[in-house]
Amino acid sequence: MAGFAILMTFLFAGYVIREWTGVPLPANVIGMVLFTAALALRLVKLETVEKAADLLLRHLMLFFAPVVVGVVSFFPLIGREAAAFVGGLVISAVAVLLVTGWTTKALARESAAASGGYPPPEAKNAESAAENGRGGMTV
Amino acid sequence: MLPGWVSEPVFGMALTVIAYVASLRVQRRYPWLHPLFVTSGGIILLLVALRIPYEAYAVGGKVLEFFLGPATVALGVPLYRQFRRMKRSMAAILAGVTAGSATGIVIAGLSASLFGASQELVRSMMTKSVTTPIALELARELGGVPELAAVLTVLTGLFGSMFGPALLRRCGVRSDLPIGIAIGTAAHGIGTARLLRESEPQGAASSLAMALAGVITSVLAALLRNGL
Repeated sequence: MAGFAILMTFLFAGYVIREWTGVPLPANVIGMVLFTAALALRLVKLETVEKAADLLLRHLMLFFAPVVVGVVSFFPLIGREAAAFVGGLVISAVAVLLVTGWTTKALARESAAASGGYPPPEAKNAESAAENGRGGMTV
Repeated sequence: MLPGWVSEPVFGMALTVIAYVASLRVQRRYPWLHPLFVTSGGIILLLVALRIPYEAYAVGGKVLEFFLGPATVALGVPLYRQFRRMKRSMAAILAGVTAGSATGIVIAGLSASLFGASQELVRSMMTKSVTTPIALELARELGGVPELAAVLTVLTGLFGSMFGPALLRRCGVRSDLPIGIAIGTAAHGIGTARLLRESEPQGAASSLAMALAGVITSVLAALLRNGL
């Protein structure tokens, strides 16, 4: 429960800071940045928050479900523009995925090579998993 | 006339939790079925079949939705645990997120125009890859419709979450870092939610990309607005 209290404190701090400074980020993202910094600076001990955080994150999809259901009430808005809506959505999502993935992959290789000539450990793990036919989705 | 319990918070909460647990069972048997798709699809079908208005469901739904706040803060834990591995690739990460965010704005605008979308839809489309609160604000600033932007954002997240990892692997992106960065940039929290269940390195990269994409897209949108 202490972990949950800490998470709520940082969330609340996010709201306060957003109101004071007008940072163009949602309060929960500001809270996340502050919380990560607090962990890195050892202001918050990982063991205190780990359980609460892992529980919330394991079921993050549960909390998103009402948001997705809420989309239904806006379906009439889409109406006649359904083709543009779906087409634009799919094409741009695919473009963003591939451009981001390829750019990051190409540059991460280069920087790994420059700093010592070995692929980053995450690349090794995922690729050997992919070869096993599990597509890198090791749990 | 609807019975009173329909508009009690317990109805929406119980329905969502039951649907979610059922969807995890379904996924165990059919791994390609995305739990979020099954959960929300199931709830929508039930509401429509029983003619229960969305507003009644939302009373309980909003309670669960609240937990997105502390859960987003909690993303700091995987971020912290994985940060050392990601640190030396920071330049690649920043370049990837920036390229992806810019692509999103341009391609979303262009493709929607090609399909003959109205100005409002085009402008609501441009910022849909970032997390919902940012997307709403940016759409408003660019002259889009916030509600439309919310629908687009959520559906983009769901699409990226369902098909993103397989698409990336098929196109030669197989390691954790680029997969996480791409999903976080394209499909924000909904994409991150899936990756966290499958791989912590991917989930952490996705959380980081989601935060960075929010900032970078905000900056790009400001540039775009001043250039218009």
